[in-house]
Amino acid sequence: MRENDVILQTVSKVAVFIILTFGVYLFLAGHHNPGGGFIGGLTLSSAFVLLYLAFDVETVNAGIPLDYKMVAATGVLIAIFTGMGALLFDSAFLSQTFAYFDLPIFGKTELATVVLFESGIALGVVGVVVTIIISISEDV
Amino acid sequence: MTSIHILLLIPILAAFLIPVIGRQFPKLHLGWAALPIPIVLFSFFVSKVSSISAGETFTGSVAWIRALDLYFSVYLDGLSLIFTLLITGIGSLVVLYSIFYLSKERESLSHFYAYLLLFMGAMLGVVLSDNLMVLYLFWELTSISSFLLIAFWFRRKKSRYGAQKSFLITVGGGISMLVGFIMLQVMTGTNSVQEIIAMRDSIQEHELFVPALVLILLGAFTKSAQFPFHIWLPDAMEAPTPVSAYLHSATMVKAGLFLVARFTPVFGGEATWFWLVSGVGIFTMFWGSFSAVRQKDLKALLAYSTISQLGLIMSLFGLGSAALQGGASAESVIYTKAIFAALFHLVNHSTFKGALFMVVGIVDHEVGTRDIRKLGGLISLMPITFTLTVISSFSMAGLPPFNGFLSKEMFFTAVLNANEMTIFSMDTWGLLFPIIAWIGSIFTFTYSMIVVFRTFLGPYRREKLEKDPHEAPVGMLISPIILCMLVILLFFVPNRLSDYLLSPAMNSILPAYQNMDGLIPKISPWHGFNLELFMTAGVVLLGAFLLRTYRYWNVVYDFFPEKRSIDRGYQWMLARGESGSKRATDRYMTGFLTNYLYYIYGFLLLVVGGTLWLTGSIVIDTSNDAPVSVYEGIIIVIMATAAISILFTKSRMTATLLNGVLGYSIAIFFVLFRAPDLALTQLVVETVTTVLFLLCFYHLPEWSKEERSLKVRFPKMVVSIGTGALTVLLALSVQGNKMFESISSYFEDSYKLAGGRNIVNSILGDFRAFDTMLEVVVLFIAGVGVYTLIKLKEPKGGDDIERE
Repeated sequence: MRENDVILQTVSKVAVFIILTFGVYLFLAGHHNPGGGFIGGLTLSSAFVLLYLAFDVETVNAGIPLDYKMVAATGVLIAIFTGMGALLFDSAFLSQTFAYFDLPIFGKTELATVVLFESGIALGVVGVVVTIIISISEDV
Repeated sequence: MTSIHILLLIPILAAFLIPVIGRQFPKLHLGWAALPIPIVLFSFFVSKVSSISAGETFTGSVAWIRALDLYFSVYLDGLSLIFTLLITGIGSLVVLYSIFYLSKERESLSHFYAYLLLFMGAMLGVVLSDNLMVLYLFWELTSISSFLLIAFWFRRKKSRYGAQKSFLITVGGGISMLVGFIMLQVMTGTNSVQEIIAMRDSIQEHELFVPALVLILLGAFTKSAQFPFHIWLPDAMEAPTPVSAYLHSATMVKAGLFLVARFTPVFGGEATWFWLVSGVGIFTMFWGSFSAVRQKDLKALLAYSTISQLGLIMSLFGLGSAALQGGASAESVIYTKAIFAALFHLVNHSTFKGALFMVVGIVDHEVGTRDIRKLGGLISLMPITFTLTVISSFSMAGLPPFNGFLSKEMFFTAVLNANEMTIFSMDTWGLLFPIIAWIGSIFTFTYSMIVVFRTFLGPYRREKLEKDPHEAPVGMLISPIILCMLVILLFFVPNRLSDYLLSPAMNSILPAYQNMDGLIPKISPWHGFNLELFMTAGVVLLGAFLLRTYRYWNVVYDFFPEKRSIDRGYQWMLARGESGSKRATDRYMTGFLTNYLYYIYGFLLLVVGGTLWLTGSIVIDTSNDAPVSVYEGIIIVIMATAAISILFTKSRMTATLLNGVLGYSIAIFFVLFRAPDLALTQLVVETVTTVLFLLCFYHLPEWSKEERSLKVRFPKMVVSIGTGALTVLLALSVQGNKMFESISSYFEDSYKLAGGRNIVNSILGDFRAFDTMLEVVVLFIAGVGVYTLIKLKEPKGGDDIERE
């Protein structure tokens, strides 16, 4: 029942990279501008979903051999354990902090622990969305 | 973080490491890997003995969730020190014993030691926590690890039954205890046990005082197997013997006693407390010993004997609490002797009962049966085991020169003192205590003798035994030998124990009596020909008589048929609970999606709509609203058209796309109202859900013609229009009711507070990170749910072992 997807596949090959880049940008921009872990994660997963739509599941899995269940679990664990990290410094669970550093190339940069937490959220979202979509689409 | 915190977490962390070690070193018996942990902990707590006995206490607190008054705070005083020493000391001996008891080839040792260490950490947590909620957490963790350990041989039906029973009863009690804790927190405004003790006088008149007392006692009674909750303990004997020796005689079942001791300064002196603790305790003491005599299985006998001994200690704590009635005074100091006896017997019981369980384990291991009808004449084959049994059971029976004699005498003194009490209407009922105590002790003597005589004396019948009996390996004997040496040693130097351990504990249970004259009695093995001694003599004579004439009087037990009524009641409740909930569930779980939607939206309409209506919150105030612009009007028209068109579409595909129109229009709204984060999220979510819908619809059949009769459609219309109207009303009412100042000004400082200029994201990642974390967890659970529903369909006629 597969139709001829040449146009979709060709466009996807380019578009996926644009979306992925945009997703990473959104993830990093979140601190000061619109974006963040949740949106970043959703955008990244929409790129994956586009891949799965344009190509079949086997091809994509061969190209990106990731177990998305593990990705999701890793994300959730990162979110929880970065929260626990605060306990080691005698702060409340999930406390975040930030500081300014002078880095080469970037100059004065703000580094915040919330990035670690957000990366957990992003991974969790990507893992769950792709897991759900793959498992439903495989169940024919 | 103090060193106590770290030590407390070591066993729990080690529990996770044990399976890894097991995989790395497959040749190692994992017991050797686990053994250093209790030994290290034990030596740490021993090193604290001298400073604790000098009156010091150790505290430490780590903030967990400040907003909930949740602090991981530890408190090491005399009372907790006794328990930590028991937990780690007996823990070391039990681990050593188990190395020889459990075979490396046949048993899943990584599970066993992981659970055992988990229990050890949890139990240490119970006795060291100062925060009520943390204490509760560890309390339930002990129930969980006990469950896992009882079900260690989970292929046996009886193990699973015993594990479930103990879990249901102890966790049920634990939940009632939690409610009691919450009441205490409501009364005092703090979760710290020490602060609650300090506030004792101000809460005594509170209306929640007695309910909290009863609920907390329920937790203690279920855990410490007090009548009528004792029924779980005999079934828990399905656990491997080291577990029975450790959890179900020396430590976990004493958690209830610990709780009672810990809360004596809060509730002691209250009549309800006095009567419940001492009454339930003394009756349990009698009932346990009476039931123990009839047992045929050595371990079941020991289980009932443990129940009885726990009741004994419990009743002593109850009697001693009378000392707090009307404040501390020189006249009532005599009642504190009961608490001293309780602590002393608690230590003694752990030594002799731990040894007895290990001995019975040896018999079971080397002979192959624990049935006293088959055993007999093992004295010449297992001389060392026999000696150990004699020492520990004579101590249990209360004979000199063993430690049980001393504490038994003190028990008699305490009940005789209770007889002379004039408070709590004890002048009428007081005489019951010495009588029941005395009768219970006679049965105690009888069953203690049964353990010795039926097992080791009498005729030796090889044909009834499963293997050739022989003396146990040295490794298995070390632990009971150490315990038996303690049994004898404590008889000769009881006052050393009293100085170093019991008196600091007395000071922490009875802070009002701190260092008062006569609080710490001098223990001496001989105090002349007094009534206590004559009572003991009577116990020995009558006990021996009962043992000889057991054949003639055991008809008494026919009045309490083997189908023990409480046990039957428990099974009946369980069966009724199952069938009742099945019937109720079957009634509403029809399998039709339409019905479920009715429940969900009907409930929403009823509860939310009802609340709105009853509280008169439907206030529509449009005076502050901004004018509607042209663009907004256009989008609204588009959305309304799309929404109405959905009703008339013929295919699922069209409906999904129209639904998408709705979603994207909302995104445009967010853009118009300058919420770029929301707009972005909405756009991506809409895309992903549309794809998801299309994928799902691929699997669904064609959109069938629905039944068009008004009778079917009318209720649907009511519910859907009602839900829609309710949502609109709710949104408008939220605008109309300003109950309090908006908190948004706080978030405007996000750059200063969280270092981020994006307020939305600072809220998500910092201010309200807890919400975000739980959301991602929920999302994950949903994902796993979808995956398991689709992928893990049970093959027909699969492995059914768990449902049996």
